[in-house]
Amino acid sequence: MDHVARSVKEQAVAVLANIKEAITRELEGLAFVIGWEEGYDPLHAAPFFVRSLADIERLIWNPLCVHNLTSYLPKLKGRKVGIICKGCDSRSIVQLLQEGLIKREELVIIGIPCRGVVDMARIKARVDCSQITDVSFTEKAIAIKTPDGRQEIPLDEVLATKCLSCQYPTPLVYDHLAGAAFSAQRPAAALYAEVEEIEKLDLKERLAHWEKELDRCIRCYACRNACPLCVCQDQCAAESRNPHWFSQRTGVNEKVMWQIMHALHLAGRCTDCGECERACPMDIPIQRIRRKLNKEIKELFEYEAGINPEDTPPLYTFKVEEPTIKEKEW
Amino acid sequence: MVSLKVLFLAEEKIPVLLKRLSKTSQVFAPVQVSDTVVVFQEFSNGAQVVFDKQASMPPKGVIFPQTEQFLSYTYAKDPENLTRSTVQLDHQVEAKPTLLFGARPCDVQGLAVFDAVFTQGQWQDPSVKARTDATTIVTLLCVKPEGTCFCTSVGGSPTATEGADLALTPVSGGYVAEAITEKGKTMLQDEAFTPAKDKQVKEAERVRAAVKKQDTLPLKQIEQKLIKLFSTEFWEQMSAPCISCGACTYVCPACYCFNITDEPAGMGGERIRTWDSCMFYQYTLEASGHNPRPTKAERYRNRIGHKFSYHPTNYKGQFGCSGCGRCIKACPVSLDIRQVLREATTHG
Repeated sequence: MDHVARSVKEQAVAVLANIKEAITRELEGLAFVIGWEEGYDPLHAAPFFVRSLADIERLIWNPLCVHNLTSYLPKLKGRKVGIICKGCDSRSIVQLLQEGLIKREELVIIGIPCRGVVDMARIKARVDCSQITDVSFTEKAIAIKTPDGRQEIPLDEVLATKCLSCQYPTPLVYDHLAGAAFSAQRPAAALYAEVEEIEKLDLKERLAHWEKELDRCIRCYACRNACPLCVCQDQCAAESRNPHWFSQRTGVNEKVMWQIMHALHLAGRCTDCGECERACPMDIPIQRIRRKLNKEIKELFEYEAGINPEDTPPLYTFKVEEPTIKEKEW
Repeated sequence: MVSLKVLFLAEEKIPVLLKRLSKTSQVFAPVQVSDTVVVFQEFSNGAQVVFDKQASMPPKGVIFPQTEQFLSYTYAKDPENLTRSTVQLDHQVEAKPTLLFGARPCDVQGLAVFDAVFTQGQWQDPSVKARTDATTIVTLLCVKPEGTCFCTSVGGSPTATEGADLALTPVSGGYVAEAITEKGKTMLQDEAFTPAKDKQVKEAERVRAAVKKQDTLPLKQIEQKLIKLFSTEFWEQMSAPCISCGACTYVCPACYCFNITDEPAGMGGERIRTWDSCMFYQYTLEASGHNPRPTKAERYRNRIGHKFSYHPTNYKGQFGCSGCGRCIKACPVSLDIRQVLREATTHG
């Protein structure tokens, strides 16, 4: 193993040791701490609820820790819990605090400065994932072993889009930081590249694009339930019968309508964590719909969600004169 | 000697065969619809049919569509007396001749659960029964089970042909085709099937014998064990990572729960049946506002209990699970049903 690779591995080991140490100190006063463990195969991590000191040994930290665990928090209000979060995940906490959906004093936050997590759909598109025997990482690559052999893929080719343009690698809010803080290493501009490609299409082509993608939606609501800010959940308008807002049919019109509704309810609140798209069992690139709205919000209000707990989301408030909207000059 | 029951289907003849059959039947085959997603779709020329990987969705929609109209209704006011109106109901059971091509044995075993619930016994569902009767099933035996597969634990096998009309075993250059039923024999009359050489028949036997059995779960007496294991605390822990979405149930080849909704529009409307999921809060929400399964712990207990205790108790030991493993792969939090079953059998 070369020097750089070893140092990355050592860093990850040190981060994990710090996480474990923090939990060991804090666990007694908490219902549990939410982190990650190895999932059903070496390629998949899974959320893990640490309830005892013995559980701590099962925790892992690596680029497979894709889940934004903060999605569990709104339903845990009233219990004091610990949460492990990456930089991007911490923005969900900030947003939930802004909206009064969680209480800071009920949380112990263990933050991890993060260099990126994988996009499983990108891996699945390149590797036959039906039998995974081993997964390992170097500084720049992920190595996946299957019965067909070993495949090494540069990490930059399979990291999530949000990671390739990450501006907040270090959590914005935390009680313990499990590694040395660092600032953004990636160009922010890359974030909207996919959205801009779609913007180039005319309206007809855009509709055709989304109808093709969304036709495979199965209305399982994984996108909604994985979203940390989709807090209506059990009372969602998509399923309500009284009033009957929404047809229960599963034609492409209803699927498009559902996704538009979901995205609009997140306008000015979405922190681009990507849980919606990551959770989608049909690998539909739905994060782009939210990202398009984030782009609009940024242009209209010069606002980015989930940065400052004291902010108010722009669509939650009203200003007689918006500094960025020159109404009187229209 | 040419066997009447065992023939050979060359790989390159499949598109031609499916195209020809789609003139007289609606043909459903696994089609690649994105970089990573394969679904059973009505075959159209040029579709990229994929047989070497498990489809992302099971083929249950062929007999149990995600949306189905039960009836449509129209109100008409009596012009002589506007306080009176009449209602006209329309209802028809649709069942076109259908071919399901390339379903895996676990998919076919999933359809057997639909048979038990909808087409046999005292109460029969007319539309599911009509579609089941109109469907011919060509199963593609599974020679490369995935890490998430566990069909052999729930009474299945990668090489099971039960429930299918015709079975295909992959061999060099194509498939050895074996008729299981009369419907299957009829299908073999198509000119795409050619006599199988002895060598090919032997290769098929070798291929089937070489299929690795998947890890076996300790499911002995699971029905009784789950009845005893009603502790909410256990299920709270097991379901803690669950996010209460419906992915596991919708990708399940054996999940058959549904909802019925009236969709009014002006002076008319329709009554539809759509797939439902026991993981949703609304699933057991009663009109009074009471919900007997208010949290995911009760809902998850029901999902496992139904598949591995109540269903087998009610249907002669048949599990409500065919071990396809899709629920594990589709779960946004990688919840592994096998692990939960292992924990359940060793708990307490």
